[in-house]
Amino acid sequence: MEMIKGRVYKFGDDVNTDVIYPGKYLSITTDRQEMAKHCFEAAHPEFLVNAQAGDIIVGGRNFGCGSSREQAATCLLHFGIAAVVAESFARIFYRNAINLGLPVVVAPGITQLVEQGDIIEISLDQGFVKNTGTSAIVQSTKLPSYVMEIINDGGLVKHLQKRLGIRKDREG
Amino acid sequence: MTIAEKILARASGKRTVKPRELVTAQIDVAMSHENADVVLRAFREIGIEKVWDPERIVLLFDHRIPADSEKTAATHQRIRNFVKEQGIKYFYDLKEGICHQILPEKGHSRPGEVMVGTDSHTTTHGAFGTFAAGIGATEMAGVWAMGELWFMVPESLKIEVSGHFPHYVSAKDLILSIIGRLGAAGADYKAVEFCGEAISEMSIASRMVMTNLSMEMGAKVAFVVPDAKTIDYVKARTDKEFTASLPDEDAQYARTMDICVDDLEPMIACPHAVDNVKPVRAVAGTKIDQALIGSCTNGRLEDIAVAAEILDGKVVARDVRLLVIPASREVYLRALEMGYIEILVKSGAVILNPGCGPCLGAHQGLLAGGEVCISTTNRNFKGRMGSPESAVYLASPATVAQSAINGVIAAP
Repeated sequence: MEMIKGRVYKFGDDVNTDVIYPGKYLSITTDRQEMAKHCFEAAHPEFLVNAQAGDIIVGGRNFGCGSSREQAATCLLHFGIAAVVAESFARIFYRNAINLGLPVVVAPGITQLVEQGDIIEISLDQGFVKNTGTSAIVQSTKLPSYVMEIINDGGLVKHLQKRLGIRKDREG
Repeated sequence: MTIAEKILARASGKRTVKPRELVTAQIDVAMSHENADVVLRAFREIGIEKVWDPERIVLLFDHRIPADSEKTAATHQRIRNFVKEQGIKYFYDLKEGICHQILPEKGHSRPGEVMVGTDSHTTTHGAFGTFAAGIGATEMAGVWAMGELWFMVPESLKIEVSGHFPHYVSAKDLILSIIGRLGAAGADYKAVEFCGEAISEMSIASRMVMTNLSMEMGAKVAFVVPDAKTIDYVKARTDKEFTASLPDEDAQYARTMDICVDDLEPMIACPHAVDNVKPVRAVAGTKIDQALIGSCTNGRLEDIAVAAEILDGKVVARDVRLLVIPASREVYLRALEMGYIEILVKSGAVILNPGCGPCLGAHQGLLAGGEVCISTTNRNFKGRMGSPESAVYLASPATVAQSAINGVIAAP
């Protein structure tokens, strides 16, 4: 997989899924573009104004804690977020992101390394994140090959299609 | 091995497993509520016709019942159609109640098995010795297709609880104090095992409070070590054979904690984090607008009973709205038979139909900006129950009932 490069949009510790995607929009179950219009809407309304497609979210500890709602990962993916890098992730959000094909990177020390608006590069294969402005680097945790395969296939749906020998050409 | 290791070893066909090992486990029960609609979309996208086993999938409605909008009505309709199309054997329509109460009541939560649910509080079922973990919707579509799922074998955290609870202090106060101590990420990715005298003496409902709220410290799964009480409860509700997994004498734990409840006092999680835990007295006197008793955490018969005991002959403060939501139809009926509902209604409570109610901010009793709610539910994140300018405090049913009478936060 190639390098992911983008502008940092930074958050703190314990960013929960109610904050990422408010419960009142859970009745939206299939329209993914509609989900993308509500990222961080209630708690951080400035996100929808200031963030851009291609941005990389940098979070602190326990990013994505709380509810299992997959919309929290779906809305970020369809907003155009290129990846989420954090000190650590809550497990359900982490798995959801992988299954949807949204790169998630555990990089202890990342919050000390970057500020809002910095440009960073991520190498999933080699396991590092680099601040292109300062050239500072932190190591990131490499994913098990089984999990990398899901990401490289473009998410779980496409991975299973491949495993089951189903050829489909649909948007993920 | 620990309970988690034993169950994952069995489910993945191995003799032993170790923490951090990646295994593929066969799934015994796969549960979804309204978000089955999201699962369904991903399942269709995979492109296979039939689910792996229509007798292992359990579907029900609890999050937005009766439908709060046309959109939800359409979601319910698509799922009902899917149930018929696939011949899903276990489907509980909106008359039954909350998933984490219905599955145990209907005998789906069994010791030694692997359950996955598209709901983070699926950890609740570990009260029955089930390896029960929350997963996302696309992942569930994979389970519907294949009947299996990968897991990283978790490290285990053992929490041994001794002593006896003081009057009006309960499992909710205990688990809040543990979350306050360990933090919101204190059990991240781990399996929690609760044991000890105070856990043995707990009712099944109280044990479910422990495993339910373990999710709020990041646990992947949580267990109460199965005992005769567990086996009796499950056997009364299913004919299916099961084998309970118990931890070995030499099981390895990443951490062990010992807690004594003899001097535990009523605890409360303050806005806007579940690990922002203080003794109730530290915030006593805070004015409230709404009080809520219910949810997958504390909507069971013993919760309604203690509320009725405290509210018997009293009235809810003039400026407070007290909402009570029995967790299931069975709980509701028992509460009616016992006279609890009559006491609560006379005191001024509004009884809502069994379901999730306003806990997740979908409908039924949301909060306006500046309002304060004291609730027996499980999350107090900013904006969770309505306006981002509202505030939610989490406490035991006894504390919520007392606060409803006083009009301000008050210990029972």
